[in-house]
Amino acid sequence: MADTNTDTAPQLIVSASPHLRTTDSVEKIMYSVVVALLPALAGAVYYFGLQALWITGIAVITAVATEAAIQKCRKVQITALDGSAIVTGILLAFNVPPSVPWWIPVVGTVFAIAIGKHVFGGLGLNPMNPALLGRAFLMASWPVLMTTGWSAPTGGTTSGVATVTGATPLMAVKAAMRDLALGVNVEQSRAIVESAGTAKAYFSLFVGSVGGCIGETSALLLLVGAAYLFYKKYINYRIPLSFIGTVAILGWIFGGEGLFTGDFMFHILAGGLILGAFFMATDMVTCPSSPLGQWIFGFGCGLLTIVIRLVGGYPEGVSYSILLMNLVTPLLDRYTKPKVFGA
Amino acid sequence: MISAIAKTFKGGIHPPDHKSLTAAKAIEVLPPPTRAVIPLQQHIGRMSEAIVQVGDRVLRGQPISKPAGPVSVSSHASLSGEVKAIESHPHPLGQVVPAVVIESDGLDEAYVSFDYDPKYLTLSAEEMKNRIADAGITGMGGATFPTHVKLMPPADKPIDTVILNGAECEPYLTSDHRLMLEYPEDIIKGLRIIMKVLGVQKGFVAIENNKPDAIAKMSELLKNDPDITLLALKVKYPQGAEKQLIYAATQRSVPSGKLPMEVGCVVQNVGTAKAIYDAVACQKPLIERVVTVTGAVRNPKNLLVRIGTSFRELIEYCGGFSEEPGKVISGGPMMGIAQFTLDVPIIKGSSGIVVLSRKEVAENKPQECIGCARCVDVCPMNLMPTLIVNYVENGRWDLAKEAGIMNCMECGSCAFVCAAGRNVMHQMRFGKFMVQEMEKAEKK
Repeated sequence: MADTNTDTAPQLIVSASPHLRTTDSVEKIMYSVVVALLPALAGAVYYFGLQALWITGIAVITAVATEAAIQKCRKVQITALDGSAIVTGILLAFNVPPSVPWWIPVVGTVFAIAIGKHVFGGLGLNPMNPALLGRAFLMASWPVLMTTGWSAPTGGTTSGVATVTGATPLMAVKAAMRDLALGVNVEQSRAIVESAGTAKAYFSLFVGSVGGCIGETSALLLLVGAAYLFYKKYINYRIPLSFIGTVAILGWIFGGEGLFTGDFMFHILAGGLILGAFFMATDMVTCPSSPLGQWIFGFGCGLLTIVIRLVGGYPEGVSYSILLMNLVTPLLDRYTKPKVFGA
Repeated sequence: MISAIAKTFKGGIHPPDHKSLTAAKAIEVLPPPTRAVIPLQQHIGRMSEAIVQVGDRVLRGQPISKPAGPVSVSSHASLSGEVKAIESHPHPLGQVVPAVVIESDGLDEAYVSFDYDPKYLTLSAEEMKNRIADAGITGMGGATFPTHVKLMPPADKPIDTVILNGAECEPYLTSDHRLMLEYPEDIIKGLRIIMKVLGVQKGFVAIENNKPDAIAKMSELLKNDPDITLLALKVKYPQGAEKQLIYAATQRSVPSGKLPMEVGCVVQNVGTAKAIYDAVACQKPLIERVVTVTGAVRNPKNLLVRIGTSFRELIEYCGGFSEEPGKVISGGPMMGIAQFTLDVPIIKGSSGIVVLSRKEVAENKPQECIGCARCVDVCPMNLMPTLIVNYVENGRWDLAKEAGIMNCMECGSCAFVCAAGRNVMHQMRFGKFMVQEMEKAEKK
């Protein structure tokens, strides 16, 4: 029988205000991100077969197991199922080619969780996005596996261009642009660039029927998931807009043979920009908290992405640009504080 | 004048309001208690000095303490009877404070008649102000600043606007709402007195848009009024916070660290306006107030209560607890104070007693901040609580100060939205205290 008598001096709870709290929790946020990634995962299975599901499953199980093992060793509360490790596992799998061997997601995820997250103290304390750090580790250690395992998607070609095989759209166009600049294979290269800029090619990039990492190819399905996160107010428009906007504008200005002739649609849709801008640059832990800081963060990501894509050694720069900007986050927060009301 | 929905501030939250428990319940008079405990400190400022002794017989409305300085107010007996003790007693604001304990003689005999004085309008501003000071009025919204002090701005700070705060943005509370429905004329007359005392032409009555009946009632009274504007406020916590309210009414921003008079404004609670009218027109001291008793009690009510009545008596009058109680809060659930005992008295600033059941008081397990930045989005003062709390946790009072921690008004919006269940508000409060300590040490 509950004690409702005022005479028996009930044991009252005393704590500081406020006495009301949101029903939201870290778990709810993390599992919402998992849900938001499911459409893209379904797309990956459709385009690249069960191998995509297999790789993602291995990464998720490894992530949860690694987190639980480390927390057990650290003698802290085991929170491996709070959803954050699952998100890291999925994102790591989304960032590797579909036909990598099974141990690639294992090694990548162990690195992501152990070095990317728990070395710093666990969730909330990691300075960089763990999944991207895992991917960077794989790229540095097994560059051939990480840049050649492209599979042809169901109903499409790997490069999106009929004459090029074994390369992603970004790789094909980057090679063609280089040839154009050098003046070799001019006609063939121009044909590749032009065919990458047709409505049909955009459509392939939009729905995802091109080669690429497991989860990055379908802009459409990623946007469906992102819309859910917007609806739940777990992400806001500042970073995606400034990131994608910067890539589009700089891609248009500098991405062509002459100034202002670049193919901005291609730069938006190809590669990992949509995945990165909506799901990885917006990682709460590693992006700035101040509104202005978020705008600058997105701009910096976009700038670095275009620099890497157009003049760097790699065809794609989304993941490195986010990692580099992650490191600037504390500075951005400190120097872009909003103006205090009345100040 | 009637104004459309006013401009609002950036940020804020929408907690569940639970006002329907008591919004439709007319104010009921709680019978005078058998014992009243009247703390000598019911206000911001210096504690008042007792002017009665143990054994004295006192009458309802008789002064029992006098102000002990310029920022201090007197208090009055809220019933007739014998002074049994002047002793330390638990206080709803958390301390243990000397209080005058009066045992009722059951006669409820009045000190003077407190009749309506039809000539009150001919009083000078000075005389009106004296009656307000003599009545021992403090702000009744919760901050309990002595009202007559607020009505004496320094000569170099001219006041041109008076705003009556009827926002009542705290969840659960409906005492101001009921006052506006049941005593709208008194409230407006109180506002006119304030305007006369300050020599001000422009007045506002600001009400949150979730009280359409109160807005309708006030607009009837104010529709042809050239001086007083009725302002419908957007429903958002903390819309009733002083600086946010001034911005809504006048689009003026009170500078950081300054008082409303800096931008020519004085804000008073609607309940205070009613008390001011009673004081000036009837010379009635502040010995009773409306209190919302709500939450996990059997019959939630709005009660007219004598100052000094214990929380226990109010809760019992409302049928007792309906479930096992978790927290008994003095004030609203956002800024109110959780009590450790029911034997604390109603004071001049007690707007409500909110009982949260044990089930409702969820156990809070703070986690590491995941940087969701919702506290940054909702902070009505535009601070970055996540960043400041990080500084506080690391003892960097200098950086906390630089980040504007002293602007925090402790509305609790940051802690309300925290998905990681962190005690953001409490860290901010602690940080403010430590910054003040740091400043004191620097001065030495």
